[in-house]
Amino acid sequence: MEQSNPSPPTTRRIAIDPITRVEGHGKITLLLDADNHIQEARLHIVEFRGFEKFIQGRPYWEVPFFVQRLCGICPVSHQLAAAKAVDQLTGIRQLTPSATKLRRLLHFGQILQSHALHFFHLSSPDFLFGFGSNPAQRNIAGVLEKYPEIALKGVKLRKYGQQIIQAITGKRIHGTGTVPGGMNKPLSIAERDALLADITDILQWSQEALALNEHIHTAHPEHHHFATLPSNYLSMTGASGELEFYHGGLRARYADGNNIFDQFDYCDYQQILREEVRPWSYMKFPYLSALGIEQGWYRVGPLARINNCNMISTPLAEAARQRFKAFGQGKFVHHTLAYHWARMIEALHCAEAIDELLHDPEITGTELIAEKGQHQPQGIGVIEAPRGTLFHHYQINEEGLVTKANLMVSTTSNNQAMNESVRSVANQYLDGQEITEALLNHLEVAVRAYDPCLSCATHALGKMPLQVTLQDVNGKVIDQLTKGMSGEIHR
Amino acid sequence: MQTIHDTIIIDGQEIPFTKGQTIMDAALAARVYIPHLCHYPGLTPSGNCRLCTVDIGSKSVAACITPAAAGQEISNNTSALNDARKSITQMLFVEGDHICPSCEKTGNCKLQAMGYYLGMLDEHFPQFYQHREVDASHARILLDRGRCILCDLCVRASREVDKKNVFAIAGRGTEAHLIVNSSTGKLADSNIEPGDLAANICPVGAILIKEQGYQVPIGQRIYDQHTIQETGLQENSVKKNDD
Repeated sequence: MEQSNPSPPTTRRIAIDPITRVEGHGKITLLLDADNHIQEARLHIVEFRGFEKFIQGRPYWEVPFFVQRLCGICPVSHQLAAAKAVDQLTGIRQLTPSATKLRRLLHFGQILQSHALHFFHLSSPDFLFGFGSNPAQRNIAGVLEKYPEIALKGVKLRKYGQQIIQAITGKRIHGTGTVPGGMNKPLSIAERDALLADITDILQWSQEALALNEHIHTAHPEHHHFATLPSNYLSMTGASGELEFYHGGLRARYADGNNIFDQFDYCDYQQILREEVRPWSYMKFPYLSALGIEQGWYRVGPLARINNCNMISTPLAEAARQRFKAFGQGKFVHHTLAYHWARMIEALHCAEAIDELLHDPEITGTELIAEKGQHQPQGIGVIEAPRGTLFHHYQINEEGLVTKANLMVSTTSNNQAMNESVRSVANQYLDGQEITEALLNHLEVAVRAYDPCLSCATHALGKMPLQVTLQDVNGKVIDQLTKGMSGEIHR
Repeated sequence: MQTIHDTIIIDGQEIPFTKGQTIMDAALAARVYIPHLCHYPGLTPSGNCRLCTVDIGSKSVAACITPAAAGQEISNNTSALNDARKSITQMLFVEGDHICPSCEKTGNCKLQAMGYYLGMLDEHFPQFYQHREVDASHARILLDRGRCILCDLCVRASREVDKKNVFAIAGRGTEAHLIVNSSTGKLADSNIEPGDLAANICPVGAILIKEQGYQVPIGQRIYDQHTIQETGLQENSVKKNDD
């Protein structure tokens, strides 16, 4: 892996720590040059996890339930990606129809609850009150007080997604469900009917959430330039190029919409993706290997998926995608704040897809386990998690113990983009040398658009370069320790 | 002639016993629960886990290995004893790698159920973080020593019921660990089979049948539906094989 150079020593440092209303903890450092211009923006990930390391030596069938503990927001995504990898490890190529539909239903429930959480709980205060508004009000409690109807619908949308997760996995967070080759329990008629009882409201509220986001973005031209970046996009799509969250081929496109690759088999992801390590963050910097480090960074997640896909299989979400496309005049929409709009198109798609699946007789089927095949030495599972494309890759020995794990999570893929967005906003809004609360939140709004999950993104342990710097009150470096790639420590 | 019933008194309740019974035997026969992890009806008691500590007057004894004697006045379900049992359970947790949230034994684990029964809310003591070897060499059976609580139920089950002597405890103190009686020390080279009692009696997740984890949905696992007190009073005696 390549390593970039550390920052020049003459720059002035401004740190924002911690970033609020994102999943996990991060830190932004702005490096100013002698003229107080932003030379570089760094989104530091200061959490330290280590899942890739401590999964080693564990039995492969433990993996989905071990790695889902990476996160309390999207554990289902990690469980499903790992379960797909475990299916491969046990030589299973095709699940039963009911098992496949249960996993899809679970995944739609997961994305719905995560998207609802992100907009209503984390981001809506920015848009309903303004980026620079009174911070005492700019939070979910403030939204509940001033816009109780919107807030309550958001809470209920999330709750519904969690109810789906609970019905299938036994718990709202960190349940079970997947087993090699299928699922461990069917959805009962009573459970299905209980979910169906609320689906009309869910469809209605999802449309309202979409309308609100669509209005916010289209009615505020200033949002169109905020942290906006032309970028490459990566996502999974279905066989016809449709929006697909659970299983499909990889599609990457340039900022102008042209294909870099399409329907690429994700089992060969190492041919198209590489990761760069930088010493100041626990989060790696992936890039498309064909384009190199400088040009190969890309964005994933709702904006990537809605830009990249040819169509959406459910009618209301497809109509919304068409409006999104028309807004971009047929071209890719690169507005970073359009992530929110795209996210709500996906939430509506989830609601529609949940409605379809709950009306499908096979959703309550009891044939849930496919016959196992020959064990394989490695398994790769890829899905579209709420925040973007999620890769799980495991190698096992002949005894069934994991020898190597590689997790490439969505937030990691957006790492460079988040740094670029922060730099863009800082250059636009930093006035002189004073950091105001409003500036701080403008920077956070840029990061927040990506819905980053910093816990998920820092899962590695072991051969990780790490730089620790000790500064006195004047900013002078008085000590520095660096751990190298091989674990050696030097001063 | 007047018949004299041999009885003991546990927490004020008079309980009959027959000659040769331990306090634990008599209590279980009378459906009085004394918390335990290393005791299993039918296997020779070992007094390893000390969860069944009771007080006879000012003396603390392990109920599973102390013979019942007429007139014993025994304290069992007291807050002081249950606090001590909770501390013992906490020590068992910190000695091993008991990661309940992702463990395949969760919901079916006696150690976890004991923690719930005793109101254990944290581990209290610092973790040992011991490195204990996983033996996955057997095609059907996994031995994860990190979860072993050294109850030696597998040792006794293999010796007394399976008649194989597959397991033993070696080392002392914090060095104590489960060893396998085979030429290589590996499970694959022993004569254990998945149907053996030793392969199925582990109260935690140290000995498991491979590739069976997580198949029972949440809500249908043993301790989703029962307390360890209920299951502890329902265990049927295993039959020793004296051939």
